[in-house]
Amino acid sequence: MTSPLEQKKIRITGPSVVTANRTWDGAVVYRTAQQGWSTALSDAAIVSTSDDARALLAESAADDVGAVGAYIAPVELKGGVVKPGNLREHIRSKGLTIDLLPA
Amino acid sequence: MYAYDELDRTLINERVSEFRDQVKRRLSGELTEDEFKMLRLQNGVYLQLHAYMFRVAIPYGTLSSKQLRRLAHIARRYDRGYGHFTTRQNIQFNWIKLAELPDALAELAEVGIHAMQTSGNNMRNVTSDQWAGVAPGEVEDPRIWSEILRQHTTLHPEFSFLPRKFKIAITASEHDRAAIKIHDIGLRLHKNADGETGFEVLVGGGLGRTPFIAKTIKPFVAGRDILSYVEAILRVYNQYGRRDNIYKARIKILVHELGIEKFAREVDEEWRQMGHSALTLDHSVIEEVRSRFSYPAYEKLPHMPDELKQAAHDPLFERWRKNSVAPHKVQGYSIVTLSLKPVGGPPGDATADQMDAIADLADKYSFGEIRVGHEQNLALPHVAKRDLPQLWKALDRLGLATPNVNLVTDIIACPGLDYCSLANARSIPIAQELTRRFANHDTADMIGRLHINISGCINACGHHHVGHIGILGVEKNGEEFYQITIGGRADENAQMGALIGPAVPYAEVADVIEDIVEAYLALRDRPEELFVDTVKRLGVEPFKERVYATR
Repeated sequence: MTSPLEQKKIRITGPSVVTANRTWDGAVVYRTAQQGWSTALSDAAIVSTSDDARALLAESAADDVGAVGAYIAPVELKGGVVKPGNLREHIRSKGLTIDLLPA
Repeated sequence: MYAYDELDRTLINERVSEFRDQVKRRLSGELTEDEFKMLRLQNGVYLQLHAYMFRVAIPYGTLSSKQLRRLAHIARRYDRGYGHFTTRQNIQFNWIKLAELPDALAELAEVGIHAMQTSGNNMRNVTSDQWAGVAPGEVEDPRIWSEILRQHTTLHPEFSFLPRKFKIAITASEHDRAAIKIHDIGLRLHKNADGETGFEVLVGGGLGRTPFIAKTIKPFVAGRDILSYVEAILRVYNQYGRRDNIYKARIKILVHELGIEKFAREVDEEWRQMGHSALTLDHSVIEEVRSRFSYPAYEKLPHMPDELKQAAHDPLFERWRKNSVAPHKVQGYSIVTLSLKPVGGPPGDATADQMDAIADLADKYSFGEIRVGHEQNLALPHVAKRDLPQLWKALDRLGLATPNVNLVTDIIACPGLDYCSLANARSIPIAQELTRRFANHDTADMIGRLHINISGCINACGHHHVGHIGILGVEKNGEEFYQITIGGRADENAQMGALIGPAVPYAEVADVIEDIVEAYLALRDRPEELFVDTVKRLGVEPFKERVYATR
């Protein structure tokens, strides 16, 4: 799970989305095809080429007031359902993997 | 406790107003994230996986019950009902909203708490021994010097834009509970042959990508000269420290590249040029700071009260007392460690309800004072021995009497990939599984002192290099793997652990640790030989053979 903060070159090998944190509260958000942000991964615009990813990221990063720290994240498409493409994104999308209380 | 004066209160309140304006401008778009990032970092605000993370300073690990109640309120009102105590005497809130941060800061300021310099390339929270002022045999209370350094370095322009973050820790006891040898500057308070109080100064310690144990740069610097000497070190660092490469910017790299002798000469020359400057501490200044620390009005109490004699018949109480209660410098009193490492719990977390309850217990049993240690536990520093049985019952009800302090389940762990944007792998679930594996207290007692430290990435917030057993999360082809080191330690004999072999996958980590512990039990030459001493005697090979023979 190399940190996307170290993401320098944009080259995707599969379906991807742009994700960020909402500026006012830090919530995980995804860039939509309507040039907005949504907290639902299912609303995310999905790109499949590096050029499209680059364009979506550039557009997202320009919205500095809406969200911060935009980057490209892999997703999986299973039966028409969008799922996070790695553990890091799974945690961002679904929340902690741990029990908060002793068990 | 240290009582802030009007200057401190004004400074904190002004800082809140300033940050409120900065947040307002950020949310309106007047400030870009690039412009705002450094400002938020200087107020302890990070952006993590799910949300902003807010790191609050607990200078030298001392809290009043009033302050702890306010932290509980912050957790409840602005976060999700809990906080995480870190390895540097801070508390972190993981779900705070940027828009609400100024209000949270304002509420903290009301009780003298702030988040200044808890992140960014500046002088961080000056840490100290969590038993400062109460430990038997201490030279003197090191918090006085921590506070002097805190006052001098807070918002100091020369220290606000350092090449990289800078951390100082101070101890005044022979046994180092402040981990001074893994800090940029470590200060050990002691007396010279003439009986004068001063510091052994160590420089260049640190963990992360390039770990080093700090080296002694000067065996004795008189107390009155400590500000000027620290400033001389920082001037040399500011002048020669690298700013072109974040991975080579810490002072430890400079010390390593120059060599300790040349670095020491540079500092001495700088210090000589500074001469007897305004930084030389006048006796009255030291005494003024000392006078602002208040100490309890201890009673004259027996060494062994009847209440303690009677409770000693309860084996559960006795187990806890032997594990979690330490001698106090005043007869009839004890220092009580509150384990924040329950079986199956995230290390270092406390709920708002627990914080409120601890504050109540501090008022009832510890003169309203609480301490925070770098091992991610809390302590009540002034408990009358006669009160120990009642306190134990109350702590047990709160889940804060797990008798595992310094044992295998007293695990130090960073937040890892569950929270942290830098992490490669998870830390907390590894810790939770290990606490379940070693949940039997008899087994843990039989194993003896054993520190496990877990970090989710090479930045080493879980201090894995200096764990008796260190666990470092790495990524391999998108999967979580963990490197295991053994033989590290963070005390006065600090040293880095040695790698035992190839990284193991997530699912095998707990099995590997069990193998290592079983190997230790078979290899130790007597029950009193600690794990770390067995490793020192035999090296890593016998442990490596045990772990990898069947893998």
